[in-house]
Amino acid sequence: MRRHRGLWNGVALAVIVVVAFPVYWMVVTSFRPNSEIRSAPQFLPVGTLENYRAVFERDNFWSSFGNSLQVTLLTVLFALATAFLAAVAVSRFRFRGRVGFLVLILLVQMVPAEALMISVVKTLDGWNLRNSIAGLTITYVAFVLPFTVWTLRGFVAGVPRELEEAAMVDGSSRLRAFFTVTLPLVAPGLVATGIFAFIQAWNEFTFALVIMDRPDKETLPVWLQAFNFGARGTDWGGVMAGSTLITVPVIVFFLFVHRRVAAGLTAGAVKG
Amino acid sequence: MSVVMSEEGTAPLPSLPAGRRPWRSRRPRPGAGPGGRRRAGLLPYVLLVPTLVALGAGLGYPLVRLLVLSTQEYGRRQQFGAPAEFVGTANFGEIFGSSYFWSVLWRSLLFCGVNVVLTLVLGTLLALLLERLGTAMRTALSVALLLAWATPALTATIVWQWIFDARYGVVNWLLTRVGADYEGHSWLSSQLSFFFVATLVVVWMGVPFVAFTVYAGMTQISPEVLEAAAIDGASARDRFRDVTWPALKPIFVVLAALSTLWDLRVFTQVFVLQQAGGIVRETNTLGVYAFRQGGSGNYGLGAAVAVVMVAITLLLTLVHLRTMFRQEEV
Repeated sequence: MRRHRGLWNGVALAVIVVVAFPVYWMVVTSFRPNSEIRSAPQFLPVGTLENYRAVFERDNFWSSFGNSLQVTLLTVLFALATAFLAAVAVSRFRFRGRVGFLVLILLVQMVPAEALMISVVKTLDGWNLRNSIAGLTITYVAFVLPFTVWTLRGFVAGVPRELEEAAMVDGSSRLRAFFTVTLPLVAPGLVATGIFAFIQAWNEFTFALVIMDRPDKETLPVWLQAFNFGARGTDWGGVMAGSTLITVPVIVFFLFVHRRVAAGLTAGAVKG
Repeated sequence: MSVVMSEEGTAPLPSLPAGRRPWRSRRPRPGAGPGGRRRAGLLPYVLLVPTLVALGAGLGYPLVRLLVLSTQEYGRRQQFGAPAEFVGTANFGEIFGSSYFWSVLWRSLLFCGVNVVLTLVLGTLLALLLERLGTAMRTALSVALLLAWATPALTATIVWQWIFDARYGVVNWLLTRVGADYEGHSWLSSQLSFFFVATLVVVWMGVPFVAFTVYAGMTQISPEVLEAAAIDGASARDRFRDVTWPALKPIFVVLAALSTLWDLRVFTQVFVLQQAGGIVRETNTLGVYAFRQGGSGNYGLGAAVAVVMVAITLLLTLVHLRTMFRQEEV
C-alpha cells in the first residue's frame, strides 16, 4: 500500500479542493467588491469589508439576528431541560411503556418537517402564535426533542448508577445524590447536545419561512433568502457576506462538538 | 474455508443513535424498599410528561390537524372564515387522479434514489481513501469534509447557486475558458441541469456523514483477522465477502435508510434554486409541491399531498426499524 501513497495523496488533494471549494469561495467572494466580482473570478482572497458593512446596515438584519438568537437560545434551554428529564426516566428506571416510548421517539424523529409546514401554520394561527418567537420555539423544541432525548439518554446511561448509590449509602437522598453526582458527570453531554440543538434551530429555514412571514419577524435564514431573492444575482458580495455570517458560527460549533458527540455516543453504546 | 470473526468484527458498531438497543432490560435496582419502589413507579412517568406535552403540542397536534385538513374543502374562502366542509377522500381522489401529481411523485422518488446511490457510493469511496492516507493528509481531508457537512442547507444552496450563476458564476467562466460556449448559460432553466445542480448540493452535504461512518466501521475490523484469513488462503474477494462485508452491512443498512428518508424530504435546495430563476413546474418535488399548493390557497389539496409524503416516510421507517430489530436479535 505504501507504494501507492503518492497516488492516494494526489487523489486526496483533488478531493479536498473540490469539497472545500464552495466554503472557500463563499468567504473569498464576501471580501470582494461587487465591481470586481463582475469581472473575471479571482481565486486569492483580497480584502474589503464593504460587503459586511452593507449587510449590517441592511433592513431587518439586526432584528432578524435578534429573532434568531432568541428562538435558538429558548429552543436549546427548553429542549435540554425537557429531554434531560426524559433521558433520566428511560435510563434510570424500568417501567411499563418504556420501550414504547423509545420506539415513539424513533418514529417521531422520522416525521418529515416539510410535510407539516401547512398544518403547523394553521395550528399556530389558531393559537395566535404565528409571527411570534413563542410559536416558533414550540415547533423547534418538538422537532429537536427526539434527537436530544436519544443522545442524552446515552450520556446519562454512561454514568454508572453505582456512583449514585454510593452517595446514597453515605446518607444522601436520591435526589441529592443525583444532583451532586450524576449531573456534573453528564454536563459535557448536556453541552454537546445543547450545541447540536443550537445548530439545528439556528439553521432551520422551512418552518421559519412559513411561520415568520412578517419582515420584522424573520429569522436570519429567512432574511438571507429574501436578500438573495431580491438581489437576483446583482449583489453576490452582500449575499455571500450574509451567508458567511450565518455559516461561520455553525462551522465553529460543529468542529467543536463533532468528536465530543461521537465519543459520547460510543460511550453510551458500550454501556448498552 | 471458514474465517473466524473477532469480537469487534461481529459487534454492530454504528455509533448512530439508531444502531443501539433501547430494549435491553436493565437489572432491577438493588435494595429498593417497598416505599422506594412505589415512588419509582410514578416518577418515570412524571419525568416523561414535559417531553410528551412538547411533542404533542409541536408535532402531534399539527399531525392530526394535517389529517383533518386533508379531508376538508379548505381554500381561500375558508381562510376568511367560511366553515371548512368535510369532503371525505375527495382531495385524495383529486390528487391521485391528476397526472401532474404522479409526475411529481415519480420525480421525487427518482431524485431521492439517485441522491442516495451517489451519496453512498461516493461516501464509501471516500472512506476507502481515508483509510489509505497518512495522518496529515487524512486530517486535511476530514476537515474539508467537516466543512461541507457543517454548512447549513440554505447557505450551501445559495453558494452553489452562486457557483453556477449564469453571468458571473465560476463554472461558466471555467467552461468558457476551456473552450465550451457557456457564456451566460443558465443551469436552472432546463429540468435535467436543474436537478444536476440540486443533486450536487444534496450529495455534497450528505457524503461526509457516510464517509465518516463507514470509515469508523472499517477501523473496527481487526487487521489480524484479515491477515489470518489471507494466511489461510482466502482471496481478496473472499476476505471482503466473509470479513469486511458482514461487519459493514448493518452500517450500510442504517445509512441507506437514513439517506432515503432525508433525501425524500428535500425542500430547501429545490425551493431556493427555483427562486433563483429556475423553472418550477418541471422541478417540483413532493415537499415543494405541497408547500406551493398551500401558498396558492389550496390547503386541503396541499395537506393531502403532505399526508402521502408522511405515509411513504412512515412505511420506509417501519421497514427500516423492523430490519434493525431483526438484525439486533441475531
